[in-house]
Amino acid sequence: MGNYIFNGIIYLIAIVFLIISLIKSRQKTKQALLKAWNSFKNIIPMLLGVILLVGLMLSLLDTEIISKIIGDRSGALGVLIASVVGSVTLIPSFIAFPTAALLLQGGAGYTQIAAFVQTLMMVGIVTIPMEIKYFNFKAAVLRNVISFFLSIGVAYFIGFVLSIWL
Amino acid sequence: MNKDINKKFNLKNFLKQYLFFLITLVLLGVLFIFKFDAGLKATDVVVYSFKEMLLVLPPIFILIGLLDVWIPKETMVRLMGEGSGIKGILLAFLFGTVAAGPLYAAFPVAIVFMKKHVKFSNIVILLGSWGATKLPMLLFEMTALGFKFALLRLAINIPVIIIIAYLMEALIKKDEVQAIYEKAAKM
Repeated sequence: MGNYIFNGIIYLIAIVFLIISLIKSRQKTKQALLKAWNSFKNIIPMLLGVILLVGLMLSLLDTEIISKIIGDRSGALGVLIASVVGSVTLIPSFIAFPTAALLLQGGAGYTQIAAFVQTLMMVGIVTIPMEIKYFNFKAAVLRNVISFFLSIGVAYFIGFVLSIWL
Repeated sequence: MNKDINKKFNLKNFLKQYLFFLITLVLLGVLFIFKFDAGLKATDVVVYSFKEMLLVLPPIFILIGLLDVWIPKETMVRLMGEGSGIKGILLAFLFGTVAAGPLYAAFPVAIVFMKKHVKFSNIVILLGSWGATKLPMLLFEMTALGFKFALLRLAINIPVIIIIAYLMEALIKKDEVQAIYEKAAKM
């Protein structure tokens, strides 16, 4: 799986730099690990909540239901619904892409699929509390709102080009 | 006596920090009571996400720590700060593209970049590219949705991410950005 390979590479990079750091200065390495631990500790409380929320959501919103919501609708309403579903959910890619592939087979248009995938990646309603904590309210909301509307543009672009190219 | 006060203070802090988590935990309990199957399914997803988090986050945080300690602010400013131009944009894309893990993993990276005075628009580019042009995800996308779909999405996202960054920079005032950076410095 591509995911695991890349994860392995990131581990390798981290370990190599850690060793170099250790050789250069034990004191600074200790400091770096302490900072790493502190930022980890900082993210944990909220992250646990987000993970549980995602679990709750996906238990009620499975592949079948997502297909029903997006799949049998076409046109602008379908794009809008796909964008909203992609925005409010945080679906791991191992579920999202096969779901999207299924939707395509089930007759959904490329524009709807693109809207779903794009908003899934760029807009995160469940992670907004985290984003607010790390940035601020205005920045977090603005980034998500701008990304939402541009994602719809991206979806139409992809749908249009693929209708000619495929 | 003193210790007791400390303990109480910690408990209050703990509750405040974990309030969101505790609420979701209660909701999960409620789900188990009313729809046991759905509760089991939710637990499955939670366990998976938790594993993913434990697998993906450690090297990212180690790299954040090392970057924080070893790379001087001046270097980061030169590479990605105000006036870093195209070089800063390219580096922001590079960092986001070789990233692993969900978008939320990018937030602590953004914090370290703010501490090093990386330009705000470049941080927004990092977030965008972490979300949309991550290499491991693109490979997955190609196998699931086809080469053309993935390639097209990648191509259109490069200008889109830059547009988002510049819109954000235009819409958020300098002093607001300053305040965000000051908050980040305390984290």
